[in-house]
Amino acid sequence: MAKMTLDELRKLREEKKQDLSRREVEGKEIQVIVGMGTCGIAAGAKLTFDAIVAEVAAAGLGDQVVIRQTGCMGLCYVEPTVEVAMPGMPAVIYGKMTQDVAKDLVKMHLVEKKLLDNHIFDRPAADIMKK
Amino acid sequence: MHYALEDYVLDIAQNAVEAGAREVLVELDESPGGTRVAVVDDGRGMRAEQRARALDPFYTDGTKHAGRKVGLGLPFLVQAVEQAGGRWSLDSEPGRGTRVEFDFPASSVDSPPMGDLSSLFLSLLCLPGGHEMRIRRSGPRGRYELSRRELSEAVGGLELGSSLAALKEFLVSQEED
Repeated sequence: MAKMTLDELRKLREEKKQDLSRREVEGKEIQVIVGMGTCGIAAGAKLTFDAIVAEVAAAGLGDQVVIRQTGCMGLCYVEPTVEVAMPGMPAVIYGKMTQDVAKDLVKMHLVEKKLLDNHIFDRPAADIMKK
Repeated sequence: MHYALEDYVLDIAQNAVEAGAREVLVELDESPGGTRVAVVDDGRGMRAEQRARALDPFYTDGTKHAGRKVGLGLPFLVQAVEQAGGRWSLDSEPGRGTRVEFDFPASSVDSPPMGDLSSLFLSLLCLPGGHEMRIRRSGPRGRYELSRRELSEAVGGLELGSSLAALKEFLVSQEED
């Protein structure tokens, strides 16, 4: 593959735009936030981020899901951590989200709307919550 | 300790963004002798005393998480570089910004593997904030430069899944011959 130019990137972006009408119907976006502090990076959060980007696109949700990075969520002992907020589901922070589990996250939580029970850590650690 | 060289780069660049930088420059030069990295920001910078304490793993300025007592980014880096026989430097001035530079010699078995640079650059470009980030990469297949602002404009923002998937393909192509 040859090096892509910025114009080619713009065209590719247009091609990847998916069914926007579906987004308008649902009205609300899905947010996936990956913890990228030192602890997350050491545990492979970058691979997790990468896997989520690929799986979201593969699942046809590319125009409905916002994927962000943040710092440490305080759950350093269960990194990588991923927060998910979407309509019709409770807001959840998942832990131990290695790249393989992240693929399951997209399939189960985002597509099938089922929680990944063994990875739920509910909310950021108590000592870092803003009072 | 981090696994790959790219992890150290991401960690240090995240510090730069969190220091309130408007401009961050990441240089990554790969040569037969080793790999040199520089992360330069125009963020709030550090006084001499803070600069020394930033190398202490049991020190943090307390602004991120008030109850936490560790700050491992720079200490991890220094430990890894010194173990591999590389060099590092940390220059910082309040109000001017910070420059972190380091290299890992190719000849040392303790130098970490490079990692996947397209993943690194995707994560670097998607660090949240309104800053500009420039990435200058040179290596065996030549050199190229990335601008966060330009790429963000090209894909319509750096948050939507479809934009990031397109950006990832673009970044993979930059590492091709």
